[in-house]
Amino acid sequence: MIVMKNVYKKYPNGVVAANGINIEIDRGEFVYVVGPSGAGKSTFIKMMYREEAPTSGDIIINGINLATLRNKRIPYLRRQIGVVFQDFKLLPKLNVYENVAFALEVIEESPDEIRKKVNDVLALVGLTQKARMFPNELSGGEEQRVSIARSIVNVPKVVIADEPTGNLDPETSWEIMRIFEQINARGTTIVMATHNREIVNTIKHRVIAIEGGLITRDEYGGEYYEG
Amino acid sequence: MKARTIGRHMRESFKSIRRNSWMTFASVSAVTVTLLLVGVFIVIMMNLNQLADSIENDVEIKVVADPAADKAVIEELVEKVRATPGILEVVYSSRDKELDKMIQSFGDELSLYKQSNPLGDALYVKAKDPQKTAAIAKKIDTYDYTYEVIYGEEKVEKLFNVLNTSRNVGLVLILALLFTAMFLISNTIRITIVARRKEIEIMKLVGATNNFVRIPFLLEGMWLGILGAIAPMLIITISYYKLYEHWEPKLQGELFQLLNTTPFIYQLNGLILFMGIFIGVWGSFMSVRKFLKV
Repeated sequence: MIVMKNVYKKYPNGVVAANGINIEIDRGEFVYVVGPSGAGKSTFIKMMYREEAPTSGDIIINGINLATLRNKRIPYLRRQIGVVFQDFKLLPKLNVYENVAFALEVIEESPDEIRKKVNDVLALVGLTQKARMFPNELSGGEEQRVSIARSIVNVPKVVIADEPTGNLDPETSWEIMRIFEQINARGTTIVMATHNREIVNTIKHRVIAIEGGLITRDEYGGEYYEG
Repeated sequence: MKARTIGRHMRESFKSIRRNSWMTFASVSAVTVTLLLVGVFIVIMMNLNQLADSIENDVEIKVVADPAADKAVIEELVEKVRATPGILEVVYSSRDKELDKMIQSFGDELSLYKQSNPLGDALYVKAKDPQKTAAIAKKIDTYDYTYEVIYGEEKVEKLFNVLNTSRNVGLVLILALLFTAMFLISNTIRITIVARRKEIEIMKLVGATNNFVRIPFLLEGMWLGILGAIAPMLIITISYYKLYEHWEPKLQGELFQLLNTTPFIYQLNGLILFMGIFIGVWGSFMSVRKFLKV
């Protein structure tokens, strides 16, 4: 599903964020990516949806090699990947329904398909009742649920989440995790960068620790600890 | 692209035109002023060109044969002139005919000369390409038994010089104006892009193609160009019709004629509209390329 081979990334300012990363993530896995700030977690995540390109090495997602992927093909890669952020990235002028539908509109889905898929996914994240509300009328947890709904509405094979619970209180974080578990149970691969020790130690999954641009630990059912 | 998508792009482009009303106004005004000046310049240039053409076509070389030459020599000269490359036509006019023409122009007193005509036979020569008149005239001048070779040398050359200079100055001005208009449009579009940065980021994240992101901005530029072209088209059309109506009857029989309104005005309007669209789309393209990095 996701393969990285000797991935090396050096930014123009000289910072080396990936220093020979090798990893393999199978279909349907749930992976936590942990590590201190500035360790290369974000770069690791960003390279998966080709926000950043590796300086050298291969990244293969779903059979597509991102190292040789032409810029023109990036949109088609991203249609197979859902991305969730810490700051939700919702459009304030669109309501819940429209925010989710937006992801399908820009890839030119038919209105019938859009209606069906958006309603399905809003039911999954429990926001059917709030479909007509605007982001500023929602709580943080609800906003994150909208953002998750948007990331999975196109039924991607992989969902990549960068600190999805970073801005949320503990209770809401559990709620969000429950949704991720549900998505994972349907067979979707999930890669989640997180700082949340409690979650990692309670809902056990594979843990990949990154430090200094290297994978320092890779354990199934691992714990959260630094260093 | 699907019709539904085109509709969406259209709506998006209209939306941001309304949202940035001041910048829209500024860039539309810039396009208006530019196209108006360009249009007026073209009207003047085209009419001057027309004048130059009619003067050019009127230019002929008058070859006066040596009055002392006998008939056989003259015939030889006529043949030689006819055989010169680049010649459209040669009209022979005998010395007696030439004198008749002079008598007609200057009065009967000249009839005295009928006893012993001092004039030579004349040949009226037209070049296929009027611009080559001077070269041909010089060549004919080298033939034997030519007494004088005359053509409107200075008049023609001066006119060409004036035309060329004004054309060049005008072109430089137009280019500067076009550049300003494009710059303003490109700024307007940049503001739209900045205002919609988050939206663009999300669009790219969920897999919108580059064209999908780009097209609304290009359309917006196109609308600005079209809006800017409307006033110049109207002003120039109405003014030219009025001008034509007023002057055309007075210029009957003159060398200088105003260009007919059709097809000239239609072609000019087409050109103005095209330039408006070009400025708009190009200006916005520059901005999109620079600020979108799609």
